[in-house]
Amino acid sequence: MAEGHPPAPGPVEADRADPIFAENLTKRFGNFTAVDRVSFRIHPGEVFGWLGPNGAGKTTTIRILLGLIRPTEGRLGVLGFDPVSQTKAMQAQVGYMSQLFTLYNDLTAIENIRFYGRVYGLGREQLVRRQQEIIQMAGLEGREDTLTANLSGGWKQRLALGCAIVHNPRVVFLDEPTAGVDPISRREFWGLIYAMAKKGTTILVTTHYMDEAELCQRVGFINQGRLAAVGTPDELKQTRMRGQVLEIETPEPDRAMRILKEAQARKSLPLEEVALYGAQIHVVVPGAEEYRHPLQELLADANIPVGNLEWIVPTLEDVFISTIRETADEE
Amino acid sequence: MTTTNEIAISAQGLVKRFKGRGGAVTVLEDITLEVKRGETFGLIGPDGAGKSTTTRVILGLLRRDGGRSSVLGHDSMRDVYMIRAESGYIAQQFALPADLTVMENMRFFADLHGIPAKRQKGRIAELLKFAGLTEFTSRPAGRLSGGMKKKLALACSLIHEPQVVLLDEPTLGVDPVSRREFWNLLGNLRAERGLTIFVCTPYMDEAERCNQVGLIYKGRLIARDTPAGIKKMVPGRLLEFKPAQFETARKIVAGLTGVLQVQTYGAMLHPFVDDLELRRKEIEQALTAQGITWSGMRAIQPRMEEAFINLVTRQEEAENG
Repeated sequence: MAEGHPPAPGPVEADRADPIFAENLTKRFGNFTAVDRVSFRIHPGEVFGWLGPNGAGKTTTIRILLGLIRPTEGRLGVLGFDPVSQTKAMQAQVGYMSQLFTLYNDLTAIENIRFYGRVYGLGREQLVRRQQEIIQMAGLEGREDTLTANLSGGWKQRLALGCAIVHNPRVVFLDEPTAGVDPISRREFWGLIYAMAKKGTTILVTTHYMDEAELCQRVGFINQGRLAAVGTPDELKQTRMRGQVLEIETPEPDRAMRILKEAQARKSLPLEEVALYGAQIHVVVPGAEEYRHPLQELLADANIPVGNLEWIVPTLEDVFISTIRETADEE
Repeated sequence: MTTTNEIAISAQGLVKRFKGRGGAVTVLEDITLEVKRGETFGLIGPDGAGKSTTTRVILGLLRRDGGRSSVLGHDSMRDVYMIRAESGYIAQQFALPADLTVMENMRFFADLHGIPAKRQKGRIAELLKFAGLTEFTSRPAGRLSGGMKKKLALACSLIHEPQVVLLDEPTLGVDPVSRREFWNLLGNLRAERGLTIFVCTPYMDEAERCNQVGLIYKGRLIARDTPAGIKKMVPGRLLEFKPAQFETARKIVAGLTGVLQVQTYGAMLHPFVDDLELRRKEIEQALTAQGITWSGMRAIQPRMEEAFINLVTRQEEAENG
């Protein structure tokens, strides 16, 4: 397909069932392929996490879905619209909140909501009703007339979400919405995300907090423009982790660490990763049962007492890092 | 008993006030902590809690208004130059000169610390190897990835072979892969060189990589212990389940006897209860009585984030009567 060739014509009826889909989505900037044959579907009312290292293609994908940049190749649809040819009609039903919370600091909370309401072309009555709903949803009662500049991080973040959904969109894109916000506010924010999903809104969210990724119903790992894995957090933990994590407890973690790093360097044991976690050490080995004993022996030979040596369920972060390394190794 | 010699960083009742429009604002109140040599200490809390201010007062970059603090036995206010000579520091959002290459940056910092030219060569090569930057010596710092910039900043902070480093949010804005690599470097520094590391971070999960953790919130240290010790401070046991009617279920569960606190976690509820089996049964009965269904009821281990929220919420409740 020639560079800049428009994607296939508008999505067919069958694609309307899934509010967001992409098939072989590709975006090249000159010689650089930012998004490389990515295919996925997001179901109605789903909270889908989009994860990847910086520069992996997360934001580019979102911008294509929002109709802000044109894909080089592939088919895609948002709410039955083609974001390339039906941009305006689609955008009227889509909300977007970026990490930068594009709020006007010199306007009050309610003025920001009204401003966005007018941008989205809400009528007067509709706006009056909607602004009340949003103030309530964001827990901003009593702060309607506070200058946005004087709101704390958590309030600002919820106000930004309110502004992004003032037009009652059926699909919402959230690009790192919780960066720099305290844990309590993050919890409240995720409560809002699930309240929206429950009403049928479909949500695509990117985050660097792996514990938040655990909250998504399904997640996609993207690396170097390619989709490395898609599934529920539990599925990915069961199927995508290369090796198993053993947690070693010892009164001498620093010395044990040195011995293990040495074994890793000599390749006398296949240790994918050796990392200090406070008083414990996490070791990634091909099989927990198989390598428990050799590890115990190695440490015993160095006179290092070992307390517990347990297989632990990997975190989504463990799985993510393992998947990214695997795709990097295949390069 | 710990002798003074074994303490790398000490703060006793630190107080810091800033002048605000309506008079003095207390930003640090009675901060007490001790970091032993060779230990990794995490000062963990949200934005605005007082992490950077604590670090700067300890380093003598800001004047304290009460209490005492020292680094390697040097008083923060009196012996600033000794502290400078024996410790490394990466400030928050610290930027290296972007137009200087990796090598030029290393030399620049070596010169700043007065390291003689003939000692620089070996020292720089060793640090670049440790940080995995050997291949990038001629790349301008501005063209490094976010993760590599942080590693370079760490290498620069170690150029004068300090015994202590203080790192203010070194992993902010860095992706999970680079974050893991950065912490693995810190782990190696602790294990191989016995370096004392003081790290500020808003990421609760990074607590698990520290020997000792201080949780800071609104200028106060609300807990200080090992990561396991902090989780043990949380009273009760933790249940998790996903109710069909979230808000109604939350109100019902919060009102039950033996439910100490209810946290929300996405579409799930996290009640802390005094008796796991008994209260689990009672919660199930109460939900059933109201015709509310649920799924995935199970006991889980609280993580640092649940512990933090629990401790902060209880403190605020205590203050508000």
